[in-house]
Amino acid sequence: MARVLVALAAGLIFGLGLTVSQMINPAKVLGFLDLFGDWDPSLALVMAGAIPVAALGYRLARGSRAPLFADAYAAPTQSAIDRRLVAGAILFGVGWGLVGYCPGPALASLAVGPWQTALFVAAMLLGMAGFRAVQSVGTRRLKQA
Amino acid sequence: MDHFTPLSALIGGVLIGLAAATLWRGTGRIAGISGIVGSLLSPAPGDGGWRIAFLAGLIAAPPLYRAAGGAMPEIAVSGSVALVIAGGLLVGFGTRLGGGCTSGHGVCGLARLAPRSIAATLLFMACGFASVFVVRHVVGA
Repeated sequence: MARVLVALAAGLIFGLGLTVSQMINPAKVLGFLDLFGDWDPSLALVMAGAIPVAALGYRLARGSRAPLFADAYAAPTQSAIDRRLVAGAILFGVGWGLVGYCPGPALASLAVGPWQTALFVAAMLLGMAGFRAVQSVGTRRLKQA
Repeated sequence: MDHFTPLSALIGGVLIGLAAATLWRGTGRIAGISGIVGSLLSPAPGDGGWRIAFLAGLIAAPPLYRAAGGAMPEIAVSGSVALVIAGGLLVGFGTRLGGGCTSGHGVCGLARLAPRSIAATLLFMACGFASVFVVRHVVGA
């Protein structure tokens, strides 16, 4: 239960950060991605604020053997810069530039955005489900081979 | 650069970093939104609750902020229905294939100095710039 409450609090703080920084507005994000227009560097400052604080959090946690409300830290295990990472980042970047939404801001603006926000989220979930479908077909082929 | 809002961007960024640190210390999880959502499509037993709670907080935060008297930014989604759908599909598929998005790779991964995340962030940023350049200055010109 404590784990769920901490996750809820983290989600609230995350959503608050996206709202205060105006990153829930896709037009604001597109202003950053439009290097050759009326450039708005705000997104870079959001990252400049977020990364050192997160880094400090990860660093301080190194002194502990386990998280407060779970058995172990689930650090990412993959380390290879492989074709999947490259292809995925390219597809994501192209899609991000089309609308100005990445997953966090799209979800965070669901309750306060226009109908297009819900449409984007529905398409995004479909894309995620599509990936799962492709992946399970691939896994089955590997097992048969 | 009329729209540049450095102070609110920095404050919002600090909050996002704090959220990532809180989730890590409390639950041992990376605050990567695409992973938190994507794994909900087929959660491992007992692994769905914290994900739903995090997402509930994420979605509830803006209306709560507004109800508390906070200044709500405008939320402007431009482009045709087809463009919005194409963007959503690409973002959903791409973030799962690449194992992360702006939060998981761009914030948490860079904070951990993970080479994978550095590569992914450089790539999706470059493609985001290129995508907007084509939409606004080539097609839109």
